[in-house]
Amino acid sequence: MFVFAVVIMPPIYDVFCEITGFNGTTGRVDTEQEYEVKEDRKVDVSFFAMTMGGFPVQFKPKISSMEVVPGKFYTTSYIAKNNTDQVVIGQAVPSVAPTDAALYFKKLECFCFNRQVFQPHEELEMTLRFVVEPELDERIQDISLSYNFFKLDK
Amino acid sequence: MTTATASHDDHHHGPEKGLMRWIKTTNHKDIGTLYLWFAFSMLLIGGALAMGIRMELLQPGLQLMEPQFFNQLTTMHGLIMVFGAIMPAFVGLGNWLIPMMIGAPDMALPRMNNWSFWILPFAGGILLSTFFMEGGAPAFGWTFYAPLSTTFAPDSTDFFIFAVHLLGFSSIMGAINIIATVLNMRAPDMKLMDMPLFVWTWLITSFLLIGAMPVLAGTVTMMLTDRNFGTSFFDAAGGGDPVMFQHIFWFFGHPEVYIMILPAFGVISHIIPTFARKPLFGYSSMVYATASIAFLSYIVWAHHMFLTGMPVAGELYFMYATMLIAVPTGVKVFNWISTMWRGSMTFETPMLWAISFVFLFTIGGFSGLMLGIAPADIQYHDTYFVVAHFHYVLVTGALWSIIAATFYWLPKWTGRMYNEGLAKVHFWWAVISVNVLFFPQHFLGLAGMPRRIPDYSLQFADFNMISSVGGFAFGASFILFTYIVVDCIRNGKPTTSRPWEGAKGLEWTLAPKADYHSFNKPPSRELIEAESQHS
Repeated sequence: MFVFAVVIMPPIYDVFCEITGFNGTTGRVDTEQEYEVKEDRKVDVSFFAMTMGGFPVQFKPKISSMEVVPGKFYTTSYIAKNNTDQVVIGQAVPSVAPTDAALYFKKLECFCFNRQVFQPHEELEMTLRFVVEPELDERIQDISLSYNFFKLDK
Repeated sequence: MTTATASHDDHHHGPEKGLMRWIKTTNHKDIGTLYLWFAFSMLLIGGALAMGIRMELLQPGLQLMEPQFFNQLTTMHGLIMVFGAIMPAFVGLGNWLIPMMIGAPDMALPRMNNWSFWILPFAGGILLSTFFMEGGAPAFGWTFYAPLSTTFAPDSTDFFIFAVHLLGFSSIMGAINIIATVLNMRAPDMKLMDMPLFVWTWLITSFLLIGAMPVLAGTVTMMLTDRNFGTSFFDAAGGGDPVMFQHIFWFFGHPEVYIMILPAFGVISHIIPTFARKPLFGYSSMVYATASIAFLSYIVWAHHMFLTGMPVAGELYFMYATMLIAVPTGVKVFNWISTMWRGSMTFETPMLWAISFVFLFTIGGFSGLMLGIAPADIQYHDTYFVVAHFHYVLVTGALWSIIAATFYWLPKWTGRMYNEGLAKVHFWWAVISVNVLFFPQHFLGLAGMPRRIPDYSLQFADFNMISSVGGFAFGASFILFTYIVVDCIRNGKPTTSRPWEGAKGLEWTLAPKADYHSFNKPPSRELIEAESQHS
């Protein structure tokens, strides 16, 4: 059970979260695939930005929300500015609410896929390309996407 | 083991003299006694911490201590009571009683038994020493959620981690020993379904311990590597997840609460038939109910985490699975009531504790059901309602059964009878004060008072004062308890081998004070049948 807890549970937990969208884990798509699009359905996606534990970077979404049609790909971006004289390395961790929407929120391109390096006083515009899949429950009309930036030591 | 060598003609040879007896002993009765005294001293230390908590909460505002120290008190109170008091007390009862109940001369692995006890004082010492370290004791609650316990914890947390490792080793060895004893050392003529319920519940508890404690060890090991060796199991920055900490912790934590209550069910299933002078109602359903509770305990853990943002399907599953546990638990409660139904009941002290156990534990069970309702839990979560709930199941549940067991088997352990009049005074004192202590906490919780805070809004002042006064009275009742037990050991009147008229069980066939080595010959089938719990 010790081995189960340390070696088996964490990877299973990751896979489980990816498959089910549990805990707001967002999914990923590798190509711009075609979805069946219903033009009359609209979903509001709001963007949030947070930093953890004194992360010395100003971090905010370029636009705070947008109206999307499920099945279509959209591009937006986040802006981050390093206010220090040092190189700062950070990792953004995404989360989607409500959790039932997480499974259908797929990203083609995201700054959260890699760690980000900020040179002193550098301002970066980081893009995000995503789609909300049409299988999303009809009752869900608002989705929140939040990023939390953590500082990495190296 | 001390199997007779040829030169031994005296087969009643007793223990060694002096202090070394207790350090070197491999005798199940000695080790049981050590466990019980250790648990009792931890109960007093944990109780003293609780007195500090209740003193600070007597009035709104910060009177006595810094909030950080208050948090250390709540954390250490929980850890000491769970790992230092309740669990060792049950292992002590198991050590004392299981060999006598199954007609075995001793535990199957006596040297390991010695070791598993003697780890405990060191683990407890390490845990308590954190109070005197720079940065103070752990202050993140007994559930030690990451990142509170990883990124933001004091350095003493590493000592806490090793103490938990040691406590885990001790519990696992105790559990292995009990399984080996029950399966291999049982009297040859005793079938599994002849076993007394305390033995059954401990056998099942042992499997829970072996399943759950290594998960706890894994959790704290991951904390250790996160803190010191640069891993990120619970650190989102490195790809880990603090919510995963809660999943793994509660995957241990929920079986753990049944580890602390199943042996209690066993104790109560001995006491109620004795004083109702009837065989236990539904013996086999008791066994199956215990086994189903144990199984279900592994698949309901996330009901502690309804507010972590689970999908609706997850909330529903964990809610229904949690409700399901009420079924086997209800079977047990109804079996106890049916055992009393039309029995020739008398109300000696152990019976008073047992009946109040049934009543008060059921209250704790009901508040547990309320908490298990996912939408309602959104309001109850992390309030004093939760505190009231788990104190009703752990204090008036687990601890109550330990006290009941102490009074019930004390004559067998010491050969002497305790002072019945004083014991009754103690019972009424404790049972009234414990309700004054914990019942108002339900109201505080429903009104919105959060748990683990040193200060609170003014509207909570009255109930907190009532609760604190009850707490001081309840704490003081243990002075009387200590006196009653010591008085029994020193001055109690000698008793017969079966001091309770309706008592059944192999342990009552032994001498009034059980010999140092009992059942050198296994009991006969006739004796086992005559002493069995079913009709």
